Amino acid sequence: MLDFPRWKRISIWLALLLGVVLAVPSLIGETYSKQIGMGGFPRISLGLDLAGGSHVLYEADVEDVAKTRVAAMGDAMTQAFKREATPIDIGDVSTNNGQLSFLVRDPARLDAAMEIARRQTNGVATSGQRDWDVRVIDGTRIVMTPTAAGLKSFISEAMKGAHDVVTKRIDALGTREPNIVLQGSDRILVEVPGFQDPAALKALVGKTAKLEFKLVDETVSPADLAAGRAPIGSQVLRTEAGRPIAVRRQAIITGSQLTKAQQGYGQSNEPDVEIQFNSEGGKRFAQVTRDNVGKPFAIILDNIVISAPNIETAILGGSASIHGSFTVQSAQQLAIALQSGALPVNLKVVEERTVSASLGKDSIHAGVTASVIAAAAIVVFMLVTYGRYGVYANIAVVLNIFVILAVMAMLNGTLTLPGIAGFVLTIGTAVDANVLINERIREELRRGRNVVMAVELGYKEASRTIFEANATHGISGIIMLLLGSGPIKGFAVVLLIGIVTSVFTAVTFTRMLTAGYIKRHRPAALNI
Amino acid sequence: MRLLKLVPDNTNIGFVSLRGWAFGLTALLTVVAVFATLTRGLELGVDFVGGLSIEATFPQPPKIDDLRAVVDHLGAGDANLAQYADNPKTVSIRVPPPKSSDPGATNAVVNKVQQAVSAKFPGVHFGKTDSVSGKVSDELIKKGILAVVLAVFAIALFGWFRFEWQFGLSTFVAIGHDVLMTLGFFAVTHFEVDLTTVAAVLTVVGYSINDKIVIDDRIRENMRKYRQMDMRGIVDLSVNETLPRTVMTSLTVLLALGSLLIFGGHVLMGFTAAMILGVVVGTYSSIYVSSSLLITLGLKPQPPGATPRAKGPQSGAERITSEGA
Repeated sequence: MLDFPRWKRISIWLALLLGVVLAVPSLIGETYSKQIGMGGFPRISLGLDLAGGSHVLYEADVEDVAKTRVAAMGDAMTQAFKREATPIDIGDVSTNNGQLSFLVRDPARLDAAMEIARRQTNGVATSGQRDWDVRVIDGTRIVMTPTAAGLKSFISEAMKGAHDVVTKRIDALGTREPNIVLQGSDRILVEVPGFQDPAALKALVGKTAKLEFKLVDETVSPADLAAGRAPIGSQVLRTEAGRPIAVRRQAIITGSQLTKAQQGYGQSNEPDVEIQFNSEGGKRFAQVTRDNVGKPFAIILDNIVISAPNIETAILGGSASIHGSFTVQSAQQLAIALQSGALPVNLKVVEERTVSASLGKDSIHAGVTASVIAAAAIVVFMLVTYGRYGVYANIAVVLNIFVILAVMAMLNGTLTLPGIAGFVLTIGTAVDANVLINERIREELRRGRNVVMAVELGYKEASRTIFEANATHGISGIIMLLLGSGPIKGFAVVLLIGIVTSVFTAVTFTRMLTAGYIKRHRPAALNI
Repeated sequence: MRLLKLVPDNTNIGFVSLRGWAFGLTALLTVVAVFATLTRGLELGVDFVGGLSIEATFPQPPKIDDLRAVVDHLGAGDANLAQYADNPKTVSIRVPPPKSSDPGATNAVVNKVQQAVSAKFPGVHFGKTDSVSGKVSDELIKKGILAVVLAVFAIALFGWFRFEWQFGLSTFVAIGHDVLMTLGFFAVTHFEVDLTTVAAVLTVVGYSINDKIVIDDRIRENMRKYRQMDMRGIVDLSVNETLPRTVMTSLTVLLALGSLLIFGGHVLMGFTAAMILGVVVGTYSSIYVSSSLLITLGLKPQPPGATPRAKGPQSGAERITSEGA
């Protein structure tokens, strides 16, 4: 136990030296790391509670995905039936109760209609199921219902799309190192460090940004309008001020055909949003505006009518501008939202945690102060209790702090406030190993064993206890890591790393120091 | 240099003879803790009941009634305002979750509250904002309870596999006792229970088990060494032998936690307080719950000759495991 060959001693010192060196970039920060040529080394990043920033958890409206899909399937079927050589006539289309159902007017065409409907469905990967269930009821009616596997894949597609859109929008804000991840089947977690305007962040990310241009239906009487009644093929929407307005259901053009959106200024220097359509959309827009000169059309964002200008001339060139009650900021936000595309599903904030940068700084300050004082108190305590062997333990504890930082940096870890608490606690428990060892040595000496025997037995017997104690401590750490969220995780990471590294520093390293001392000086008695 | 010895050599305190009293006291305290938790309830934070919590710092200490009027005027529910005693410029504003099936409703209140407060008190700074919807808080509370229960069981199982079953069971009871006492502490002090509290409880569990393993390990060693001694003698001897370590380690950990309590800022206050209590309770339960329970559970040293392979204490842990398994 006390025999340390040269190669072992060298590798232990090298490992510790490496730990200290790798901890340096995290301790001195980015700017100084670059100055000493360690800019490219991994550093520990600060959690949102220390750096300041926002953690926002969005949940998708899953029912909305199903509804949208059923409505889209309705449109697709109508189109498909029209495209037939002899179009199939259908009626009584309903998209209620999460299913599409329609009447095939000519019973002789029912089989043909079924065939077309089946062709619209797809297999869902790995499940062996189709995404839609198609069946005939009453001999005349076709009902299409998304299957469980189908719904799941619709939701997962929508979430992937939403993740892309959210990423584009946050990138457009120009914040540093945002973290945007899908969580579970229907959630997106957005973490933006350092950003100080969570309200703006939420307004931008959560905006569905579904843009539509539709013709205004002027045939509706004011009474019907007030009651929200519209003829077939039209619908009643409201302006931002709440005024009802009837529009055609079919859109002239939508945001998906847009190539560019940016904030600009209108004629009287008010902020507006200028958009450019792709060539297909531009052509269609030109055609519809040419055919409807003098009539109003509505610009609709997320089912709210932003404005309803009159078409004065045909609009060629495929560009348009949206005027509304914008500020420069809200116009910029809308431009970003439109440019990044509409969210395929509504997102709602179900959890938000924002910490200001100044509170974060206070927390770092408090955490560092507490750590330093704790370490100092323990160092003094160990010194007066165990003398030389307390000094060994203290060197081990200090090195352990460096090694924990180094390991965290290598793992791209994040330090949170509970993580700092984990640090302080680790300092407290890391010396436990040395306490166990030293107390055991004292005991063996009292039993009359000689110095070498006592040290040897002390380490051997205590090592077993240390292993068992750390294993159980580790179990609770792993459970925290697996089940815990946010702050608990940050705490568990530090605790677990500390458990592993402290066994190395507190047992192996101090044993080497003690063995070296005994070999060199061959003391007849130990002052422990 | 004369070194400090907190515990004199070769103590011989009769811990076991006091165990009748200790069991009584433990039972009484546990009942009080459970009773307090049930009657007073726990002050659950937004993490576990949903709603929003905003920490606002004002240029001047605000009149709390003015602030209350502003928040109540929003009709967002019964707001709970608390001014920090050590820093009256800072107020924590708690608003319960709105009664709405819309999952985004809770967060919608955040902007309303912040705008209204900013309008009435210019220069206000929002240090910390937490808003949690009812659904998310339900998940968090379930996960938190699951984590604590799993930890206690996993550790008891470890004790069972590594030692005899009596160790597993006695540890399980002792840890359960520690968790209940910590809950009781939160019920009595009305410290807020949030996610970090769960971390604190799990750490207390980890620490307490650490302490028990050390004593259990020594009991096992002494059972092999002194096969003629009765169980009471072995427990007393083992607790006395490990007493210096118990005292030293508790003190170093308390030094660390004490510095965290005083200098660590109010965010970690409840967390640290819970851990300090846990360390004290955990140390107590190592001696008076888990060790003493071993005697009640009928653990006995093997008589000599029953296992011919048995040697001294050096023979190590592995052998016992294989015998116990």
